[in-house]
Amino acid sequence: MKISISAAIAIAFGCVVLLGYFLPVPLLAMLKDIFLQYGAILAAVALFVGLANLISVHWRRVKQGARGSFYSLVLLLAMGITILVVAYIGPTGSWSMWVFNNIQLPIETSLMALVVVILVFASIRLVRRRLNWFTLLFIGTALLVLLGSAPILGLELPLLHGSGSLRTILSQIPAAAGARGLLLGVALGTIATGLRILIGADRPYSG
Amino acid sequence: MNFPELVDADLLGLIFVLIFLGLLVFFLVYERAGKGRLLRPIGAFERFKREIGLAVEAGKRLHVTLGRGSLTGEQAGSALVGLQVLERISRTASISDRPPVATSADGSLTILSQDTERSVFREMGYEGQYDPTAGRLSGLTPFAYAAGTMPVIFDEQVAATILAGHFGSEAALITDAADHSGSLTLAGSDNLNAQALLYAASDEPLIGEELYAAGAYLKAGAAHQASLRAQDVMRWLLVLAILAGAALKLVGIL
Repeated sequence: MKISISAAIAIAFGCVVLLGYFLPVPLLAMLKDIFLQYGAILAAVALFVGLANLISVHWRRVKQGARGSFYSLVLLLAMGITILVVAYIGPTGSWSMWVFNNIQLPIETSLMALVVVILVFASIRLVRRRLNWFTLLFIGTALLVLLGSAPILGLELPLLHGSGSLRTILSQIPAAAGARGLLLGVALGTIATGLRILIGADRPYSG
Repeated sequence: MNFPELVDADLLGLIFVLIFLGLLVFFLVYERAGKGRLLRPIGAFERFKREIGLAVEAGKRLHVTLGRGSLTGEQAGSALVGLQVLERISRTASISDRPPVATSADGSLTILSQDTERSVFREMGYEGQYDPTAGRLSGLTPFAYAAGTMPVIFDEQVAATILAGHFGSEAALITDAADHSGSLTLAGSDNLNAQALLYAASDEPLIGEELYAAGAYLKAGAAHQASLRAQDVMRWLLVLAILAGAALKLVGIL
């Protein structure tokens, strides 16, 4: 297997950080912290590159008059004004906070509210798309947990509400067990992905 | 003296990783010797492979969205799987008129997605056709990211959207956009809330570690098949350890 310089650097740094987590060697712990700080700084620089990319994509859409280019123009103008305001007043200045509290927050909150409606439709589509026992179990459990999360017209039903209710049993035993099983699977997958990079089999970068 | 005092947690972690690494290398040698067994079929990947071919034939685009996990955080694993998926589909769809597009909510992921596509195009001899805007940062907050990703699905003739990375509830907006534009959604995440949501909202959900098997199912190389086998063995070891721990607790040793 041919190892390029970039792969050798990635493997070496990865091994030092991994060993820094596990071995009580002060030098390794110090190197791990330094490398992680470098990583954080590089991620911040990457954010600027990403922003340049965002501007170039939307500028191109405006220039080409692509479908929805008006929204791209709005994005570019809003971005420019926000950067100017934050650069002049500071991130916690009154105008910056006004932009955040009166524009960004309401828009994001309304999108979050939209998720509820979308999920109701998604549940209906799920029945049409994949009608099987798992789907029925999924929807049945979701309804049971929803109904049990608050009193119905001020009434608490013995099977739905309270500490010994079906909802509590479902969420504390099978749901918690299933979630832990899924998390173990995710953790194993994450370790496998990391190890593939450490042995140079996976290279999510050129080289 | 109780169990945690007997065995240092850090040492136990290192032993676990070393066993995993040993198994990975063992199965890698085994796979490269051509002794690997067939993988159990996962419907989502079968349908996805068909959809890649159909998209190339129809001149439509494939869209990979890598989520909002940071490469320096614990969510990096799922995003790296997303990049692997992007690499595989870029390889297949590089001959298409409309190469795949990748969106994310993290600057480093955007750079890596551009780099992945560029290296595939270079390797295939089509570097001149590479478009740097095929890897995009679509927004920095969860809902800005979703709002920025939706027009890509609506406006760019996307045949299939693959959600592979770290998501939250904003993933519902992306799958809904895909549903309205008639494109297939294949979705997996490391976040349990997103997994539950995507089970209801996507055409082909990937549950638990199925997302991490994407490389093996998309034939990304022997290392992916080997890591899948190593994961299986480690899972059984964990099951035995949990059962042994429960039994020891029951008899009062732990």
